[in-house]
Amino acid sequence: MNATIRRSALLVGVLFLALLLNANYIAFVTNDSLRNRAGNSRLIIEEYDHERGSILVGRRAVAKSIETGDRLKYLRTYSDGPLFAPITGYYSVYGATAIERSENSLLAGTDNRLFVDRLTNLFTGREPKGGNVLLTIDADAQRAGYDGLGGQEGAVVALDPQTGAVLAMVSSPSFDPNELAVPDPTAVSKNYDALVADPADPLINRSTTQLYPPGSLFKVVVSAAALSSGQYSPDMVVPGPAVLDLPDTDRVITNYFDSACLGGSLTLTQALAISCNTAFARIGLELGDAALRKQAALFGFNRPLAIPLPVVPSIYPPDLNAPQTAQSAIGQYDVRATPMQMAMVAAGIANQGVVMRPYLVAEEQAPDLSVLSATEPEELSRAVTPAVAAELTDMMVAVVTEGTGANAAIPGVSVAGKTGTAQDGKRPPHVWFMAFAPADAPQVAVAVFVENGGRLGNQATGGAVAAPIARAVMEAVLR
Amino acid sequence: MRRGQAARRLPGVAVSVDSPVAPATIRQQSPRRRRGTELMLLVFGYGLSLLAFAQADLVVLDSLGPQFVPFAVTLGSCILVAHVALRKLAPYADPVLLPVVTLLNGLGLAMIHRLDLAEGNGAVAADTDFTPQLGWTLLGTVLFVLVLVVIRDHRVLQRYTYTAMLVGLVLLVMPLMPVIGTEINGARIWIRLDLGAQSLSFQPAEVAKIVLIVFFAGYLVQKRDVLALARSRVLGIDLPRGRDLGPILLAWVASLAVLVFQRDLGTSLLFFGLFVMLLYIATERVSWLVIGAVLFTLGATVAYQVFSHVQLRVGIWLDPFADETGDGYQIAQSLYGLATGGLLGVGVGQGHPDFVPFAKTDFIATAFGEELGLTGLMAIIVLYAVIVERGLRTAVAVRDPFGKLLAAGLSIAVGLQVFVVIGGVTKLIPLTGLTTPFLSYGGSSLVANWMLIALLMRVSDAARRPTRPTTAGAR
Repeated sequence: MNATIRRSALLVGVLFLALLLNANYIAFVTNDSLRNRAGNSRLIIEEYDHERGSILVGRRAVAKSIETGDRLKYLRTYSDGPLFAPITGYYSVYGATAIERSENSLLAGTDNRLFVDRLTNLFTGREPKGGNVLLTIDADAQRAGYDGLGGQEGAVVALDPQTGAVLAMVSSPSFDPNELAVPDPTAVSKNYDALVADPADPLINRSTTQLYPPGSLFKVVVSAAALSSGQYSPDMVVPGPAVLDLPDTDRVITNYFDSACLGGSLTLTQALAISCNTAFARIGLELGDAALRKQAALFGFNRPLAIPLPVVPSIYPPDLNAPQTAQSAIGQYDVRATPMQMAMVAAGIANQGVVMRPYLVAEEQAPDLSVLSATEPEELSRAVTPAVAAELTDMMVAVVTEGTGANAAIPGVSVAGKTGTAQDGKRPPHVWFMAFAPADAPQVAVAVFVENGGRLGNQATGGAVAAPIARAVMEAVLR
Repeated sequence: MRRGQAARRLPGVAVSVDSPVAPATIRQQSPRRRRGTELMLLVFGYGLSLLAFAQADLVVLDSLGPQFVPFAVTLGSCILVAHVALRKLAPYADPVLLPVVTLLNGLGLAMIHRLDLAEGNGAVAADTDFTPQLGWTLLGTVLFVLVLVVIRDHRVLQRYTYTAMLVGLVLLVMPLMPVIGTEINGARIWIRLDLGAQSLSFQPAEVAKIVLIVFFAGYLVQKRDVLALARSRVLGIDLPRGRDLGPILLAWVASLAVLVFQRDLGTSLLFFGLFVMLLYIATERVSWLVIGAVLFTLGATVAYQVFSHVQLRVGIWLDPFADETGDGYQIAQSLYGLATGGLLGVGVGQGHPDFVPFAKTDFIATAFGEELGLTGLMAIIVLYAVIVERGLRTAVAVRDPFGKLLAAGLSIAVGLQVFVVIGGVTKLIPLTGLTTPFLSYGGSSLVANWMLIALLMRVSDAARRPTRPTTAGAR
């Protein structure tokens, strides 16, 4: 029987070998995919085990971890959650978004720059703690934009034109990240499902991830291209008929007010002030598709950006024929922009033609509040010359003093702005306003977007709905 | 080896002693006992168990909890008692088996205590499982000694072959009986005795396993010549005679009955696998393995077609993440635990093995995989492999055929059980639900396995005992 016992031993040996190989397979082959699976609650619990760093607006922590004494040792809490939600994002058992996501390694304390901290913690037995993120946000401006929208679907972006620092980034309607940070996974998924099902899409950041037709705001880009071409000056008289026939098609371009602009001929400054469609469509046709695209790109169109939240590229479409170019010149056809992009256009003009790279993180701090890195302002592009920027500024001041942007006027401060009302004929118009102030020494550039006319619906115009919100945000910064 | 040679040269030096035979015999035998080696291994394993237990306490409680001293004292006493008993009752028994078994038992106790702590969220849970398991360890050791005391020669068991069959079958069907039979977690494999306020649950299949191995061994010793007779040769394999197929068919039907009536996939698989292996060892005919494999495939296919719980198990095995929060939860959590453990583990007390349902029983191997990593899990698998290897080595060395089959049966039972349960929790094969010998929480399993090892040690003692010199033969 010994031979068969030995052979049986071999058989059992094979079984044990299979066990060992399988254990190795799990440890080496499927290990990573298992660890990173959405359903693996161990990882997030591991992260909840340490005190995550705070997200600061000024001296106030808008997102911080507090000790719970529960299975999840620390709970993430957000003060004024809905106000800052588009910036902070949320940190839940199912994952994180926005700053919570893009600055995760610092907040979680796994960043390489915190290596020495971790090492000392290991030896001193102190609880490891994450670093902090100081935002560029101006709480008053953020509040002014949020209250100004007052729940209407839309977005507000305010920039410091000289640095690119994001002073306000509002998306409305918003959500409360506290609902997604609760420790109970079933409650999280229930709250999450409710937010996803909400037709107003509160989880979407309208300021950076959504594209809208910029409408008449784009006339500023066309003006920049026109002045830069040397063929135009602010005082040059241009035709502004009631109807402009487009070449190669039966389609025509008309004005918002369905009549000729100031009797049919007016200066470029006047054309911008009253937002004359036919005048700008004609100028667009004369400058040509390539010139408009080049100018748009210099302001930042057609390229992605990370602030560090991803900003989707605004679009000036490729290969346009003449009628398409004419429509694009008044911000229609397939031209699309994010509110962030339009704020960058205003900021570029305010900053003597230099567009600064927008950024949300002012400082990254170690757990002991020492500064690990402070963001240095960086030039993104030179969109126009300082001379053209000065001319554009004067033209935009005229929009507020004499034209459609009167509602943005701030007593004692010179405001430069531009209205936009993008109609598609079916739904109430999307309305816009972009501005900067003070016009002679700009401290703030802002873009306001309200979807489908907001509360005014079909009656809405950029001047009536968006301009007052922009004024409130600028006042908050200048105050 | 070198030691043995040195010892053999020694008698030449000691010739002047009065009785030349006695010292020579002692000197020749004493190195082969290796009880000193066993003691060293025992101390090492005891130390490891204490370390694991202490680490769990220090991580979770920041200091040693009130259970540490009872643990250290009880485990230490058990080890000492078992060791001394071996010196007295089975001095030639294998010196590696006891250290391996006590290490597994100690680690199991430490992990059960660690899971108690997790359930109590830092404090020891109200419904603690550690203390009863410590009691079962004590009882297991007592029964280990008792088996060695009562059974002085394993060959006496052969006399009780058919009694063993009867007892084994009764034990198997006991859970099906009214009043005492109880269904727990979907399997009807428990008996419950209500003794006033106390109720005692027991899994008779664990003891039936040992008793039936005794029956298999005794039966096959008697019938192996008949069963080895070949009738015809097909594809180079000698087929047995038709009427000799009776026993294997009976074992097959009994296994299927366990599956059908008790819904216990693991036990069913274990018994049938064991019987086929012993049949092969006894008859030295490959045909029995082939017939066994055919019958297994047939039974498995039919069971899959007919029983929804078998289909469910297989479905979970193929894709545990299809219903991750429902049916696949256990396996998914188990795999997450193993993945978290990685190569070296997160450390005792620092993972979340309590996320896996039944972590103390079926899934205890996963708990080790998470906290001690791949390294720890492989070490535990290898410890079991050592038990099987030492057992089969005993089977080869022992001289009587009954002893061979008994030792082989006991070792292969451990091997198959470990394969079925660890393979199940690591998604190598569908999960069936068996205890992990010596590690898992559960009195019946622990006590039965201590008795199993005692029997194996008894056979091993006979196998390693030197043949009596002429003086002994004169008795």
